[in-house]
Amino acid sequence: MPHIQVSENNPGIRGLFEFRPETGASLRKLAQVLLHGESPLTKGERELLAAFVSHGNGCKFCTMSHAAAARHHYGGDHDIVDAVVYRNDRSGVSELMNVLLEIAERVRVGGRNVPDELVAKARELGAGDRHIHDTVLIAAAFCMFNRYVDGLRAITPEHREDYVAMGQRMATAGYVPTEAADAAR
Amino acid sequence: MPHVDIPSKLPGITGLLDAWPEPGKPIRDLTQFILRGPNTLSEGERELIASVVCTGNECQFCSNAHVITAARYVGSVDAVRSILANPFGGKVSERVAHLLTIAGAVRQSGSSVTDEMVAAARAAGATDVEIHDTVLIAALFSYYNRYVDGMATDLPSDDMYYEVLADRLTTDGYIRKEAVNGTH
Repeated sequence: MPHIQVSENNPGIRGLFEFRPETGASLRKLAQVLLHGESPLTKGERELLAAFVSHGNGCKFCTMSHAAAARHHYGGDHDIVDAVVYRNDRSGVSELMNVLLEIAERVRVGGRNVPDELVAKARELGAGDRHIHDTVLIAAAFCMFNRYVDGLRAITPEHREDYVAMGQRMATAGYVPTEAADAAR
Repeated sequence: MPHVDIPSKLPGITGLLDAWPEPGKPIRDLTQFILRGPNTLSEGERELIASVVCTGNECQFCSNAHVITAARYVGSVDAVRSILANPFGGKVSERVAHLLTIAGAVRQSGSSVTDEMVAAARAAGATDVEIHDTVLIAALFSYYNRYVDGMATDLPSDDMYYEVLADRLTTDGYIRKEAVNGTH
């Protein structure tokens, strides 16, 4: 049961957005910039980072929903998502993405844990400032979203099927609902 | 040295928000509302919640900034440190002491917040909104600390920087009205 009284109709973070719309609006906009805004990382790569960090933090709702969004983006290569998120098997991703996942993991653990050498390695593999920045930012932001969801014990659907439509909507419509998307819900 | 180029050379979070305004805008808006917006928790109490997380995470820039800002409300840096070391020492209400305990748990992980912690806060008078806001502030600083330290941002060259920053945070809040020159 959630720690505060949220509506049963909106699972996970959406119930929290509804509980406190003043903060929900900013959090939605942030998610939109991070995961759908301009970036040298693809939307699939960014959702993969989000799901990977969320799994590291033990946040089931964020892991399941962002893994579902990542699977949608990866299409036929969706097996990569489960390998990375649940088995930390990075053999299916690029060398650069492998290093960026490592940077994300260091950020998740916290502190000044991202060594210069790791950043240099990412640069050798073609990363610019923006790859580094967006990776650190996404990892840090999910340390917030995960704690927000689990700290209030938001409603967390149990099964993978429960997240398929949600993930698809996150991947396509994004995080700032339009009136049309709201009507379709 | 920071992991990426920060054109303004501003230390800590200030340089990051300046260099990447797109994610910076919703984060600033969120911070302004949750730390300075209308609330049954005072601004000082909310700065204490932020300080619990920043000091626990040992983020030097954020700890200095928020401990010094909290001190403006609480009276002194020593008073802030003593509250953080023992929230139940009588310097803040029991309700706030329980909320600071919840914030410390959120810092570790979301699932560290127990039913007992929440029940104790509620028994001491905390509302659902106060519990929500405490968790969100603690989560927000879990983000700030990692953004600041994960990017290996610079520290200010002079500790007076934090005093100037605290002046601004206690008067203008978190929405930037003009560039902060500080001691730079």
